[in-house]
Amino acid sequence: MSATLPPPRLLPSGDSAITVEFSRNIDDAANQRVLALDRTIAREPIAGVTETVPTYRSLLVHYDPVQIGFDALSGQLVALARLPVPPVTTTRRWRIPVVYGGEHGIDLEDVAKALNTTPDDIVARHVAGDYRVAMIGFTPGWSYLSGLEKSLHMSRRQNPRLLTPAGTISIGGVQTGVQCLAGPSGWHLLGRTPVRTYQLHRDPTFLLEPGDAVTFAAVDAKTFADQDRAAEAGEIVAELIAA
Amino acid sequence: MTKLVISAIGPASSVQDGGRHGAQRYGLTPSGAMDRLALAAANVLAGNAPMAAAIEIGPFGAAFTARDGAVRVALAGASRNADISGHAAAFNTSMTIADGETLTLGFARAGSFSYLAIEGGIAGEPTFGSLAVNARAGLGSPYPRPLQAGDELQVATASGAAERRIDLPAETEAPIRVVLGPQDDEFDDAQKQLFLESEWKISATSDRMGYRLEGPVIKHLHGHNIVSDGTVNGSIQVPGNGAPIVLMPDRGTSGGYPKIATVISADLGRFAQTPAGKPFRFKAVSMAEAQAEYRKSAEFLRTLPDRVRPIENFDLNIEALQDANVAGAAVSAVDAATWSP
Repeated sequence: MSATLPPPRLLPSGDSAITVEFSRNIDDAANQRVLALDRTIAREPIAGVTETVPTYRSLLVHYDPVQIGFDALSGQLVALARLPVPPVTTTRRWRIPVVYGGEHGIDLEDVAKALNTTPDDIVARHVAGDYRVAMIGFTPGWSYLSGLEKSLHMSRRQNPRLLTPAGTISIGGVQTGVQCLAGPSGWHLLGRTPVRTYQLHRDPTFLLEPGDAVTFAAVDAKTFADQDRAAEAGEIVAELIAA
Repeated sequence: MTKLVISAIGPASSVQDGGRHGAQRYGLTPSGAMDRLALAAANVLAGNAPMAAAIEIGPFGAAFTARDGAVRVALAGASRNADISGHAAAFNTSMTIADGETLTLGFARAGSFSYLAIEGGIAGEPTFGSLAVNARAGLGSPYPRPLQAGDELQVATASGAAERRIDLPAETEAPIRVVLGPQDDEFDDAQKQLFLESEWKISATSDRMGYRLEGPVIKHLHGHNIVSDGTVNGSIQVPGNGAPIVLMPDRGTSGGYPKIATVISADLGRFAQTPAGKPFRFKAVSMAEAQAEYRKSAEFLRTLPDRVRPIENFDLNIEALQDANVAGAAVSAVDAATWSP
């Protein structure tokens, strides 16, 4: 019996990046392996690796082919990826305030109807969730969370919206997400958070890291408005409840 | 303080440099010049670091006026008619715009993007080490958006150094080389063959995020949804309608469509310069060949400053004009009156 894990697939993404793929599906175990490999490379840098980008099921490793070739890097990545996933010693946990429904979450009523329940029940289920930042991508700070309760899984909208507000909290497929900038989205909009997961002149510029734990807390419109002003002025607003 | 005033400019023109790196894990795309070699050529002529910030000029015309001092600049990339107050100016050379004079550029004749580097660079506040404009994220300096007429760039006053030229290899029309993957297994052999053997055109709806391709419809083996994964410059994704999109420097950092192939780094600039509507083809190469080409172009970039030559006399200047393919045999570079677009 081998102590190592099954090897990932190594897919060439051009001549200067490799996609290390652990699964073709959204899969928490695969995401754990992605984040573990990402941490390993951060801890023990590989000469020539310039940047890593974790996603649900794969780690994209950018590298400089002047310093290391495809075959040599592939060999190292496979060896690292097969090591047992070390237990995560510290996980940051954030509590993120959300104003649900109404003008802030224009799809809440429709989601409740589609799932044969009330908006309050949808909010209760969404707030009860224990989520994990699986990846950040698409646009700055757009955080994709795993851990959405099965009863809230819903296919995306037939017609994506071209513009959805900054701070939108939404659900799509098996995921929920925190969107930072205004932009297009095909997900169902449940509410808005005053939290900026990306804010240029704030330290830190990016609030969430892949692997962070997230829970949501329902707040009223006035609290949202107050916190939104504070956040605009550079306050973090999200509460770090464990680190 | 000396300024370069944008007197006129078309869309798709912005300050760009080598891009911002290290934050793709947070969804921040690198941005940066569409044609890095042309950016580097303009910069080394102006005496700057190869990836310093310069003005990336889209296919339309532009005009730049020096204020409160002379400004030394250099032009490279897509060739076009250029003159300073009626005197013809050449690509792949440096030149000085006297205080109050205007450098006027016509439409791009071949290619899409030209680069105007300014001696001493552009004054701005870098974010993640870059001044490059990423309009969607509100990033870029001095303006976090494409340039507009009336904008002013704070620049250094011209040093008065002798003007210089650079010899660059002639542009090739060879196919754009790709490495298959990462999701080429989402397409059967017939579809991969169709992709590699067809003639393609870049759609006019393309931008710095992606170049949409016009050609045959490429069909997926298992549908067009995959779980989002990371993208690179040159990723060729195939969305539901079967019309491939080549992702460019302002791309989303992740995407949920299968990627059939990736343009090799050495050909990305040449691909970015392909004008909309002009037919071209792809060609698959091995990883070994792609990486050998990468190393070759890295070495070329590294040694670019060695190719810079002084402009010793006017004859050489005419030669430079002809090299840059801006002056035909029937046009006198000496007499600007013979120049017509």
